[in-house]
Amino acid sequence: MNLIFALLILLILAALMVVFSSRLLIAAISLAVTSIMVTLLMFWLNSPIAAVFELSICAGLITVIFITTISFVKPVEQEDLVENRKRRIKKYVALPVILIIVWFAVSFLIKPLVLALPAIAPETNVANVLWNLRQVDLLGQAIILLVGVFGIVVLFKEGQIDEHH
Amino acid sequence: MSTTNIEILRIFIPFIILLIITGFYYILATRNLIRILLGVEIITKAALIAIIVAGYVTNNTPLAQSLTIIMIIIEVFVVAVAAGIIIQIYKRTGSVDARNIRNLRG
Repeated sequence: MNLIFALLILLILAALMVVFSSRLLIAAISLAVTSIMVTLLMFWLNSPIAAVFELSICAGLITVIFITTISFVKPVEQEDLVENRKRRIKKYVALPVILIIVWFAVSFLIKPLVLALPAIAPETNVANVLWNLRQVDLLGQAIILLVGVFGIVVLFKEGQIDEHH
Repeated sequence: MSTTNIEILRIFIPFIILLIITGFYYILATRNLIRILLGVEIITKAALIAIIVAGYVTNNTPLAQSLTIIMIIIEVFVVAVAAGIIIQIYKRTGSVDARNIRNLRG
């Protein structure tokens, strides 16, 4: 139980690091750290397949996409960076206070609740659930995949036309 | 088994809410489009943990895992398309400030 607490606190700290870092690159890497913490929690919660997906895609591929996007954007000057840092700390200084208050409030409110959990006989195989039980979801996913590919192609094609003009 | 499951739920729910608040605060306070995308990612992480915890406490991890896998893959496409849009906005306006894209031209 202590391990879970430590992981959850590290998760929140990594998320706060994303918020407070004045450099975008460090923010993107902190997001990858957040993903790694989520992965460890998933392993602890008996979900190894989802954890592997999370680690390889969220901590790997999405970080690569973010770093590529950041490399396209103009880098900030050193003086701007110091100015930015001061402004950021001023802007986000309320966030940790809000988080601590909400944590205490929710923990206090949730204590007397009696949570009735349903007793069900679940399918034990992930592949069966994914391919047989959730076929509609898979169809939706395939459609979104095609739409995503189409969107990316259109976006980059438009860029090429602009360069010609 | 059941009591420990409820204990786990009681530990996780406040942290999931904290993560969602962090993401929303970030989206509301920042004007950088890349940072808005990072905020969306933080909220997605909270949703993923919520699904997995719900699966664990109801002894139905296969269903939770299959939903998580679908969600992660859709998340990648959301990020990829959003990143493409941000790069296009940067090419047109020269910045990634959300205030600069208010002038709609129809």
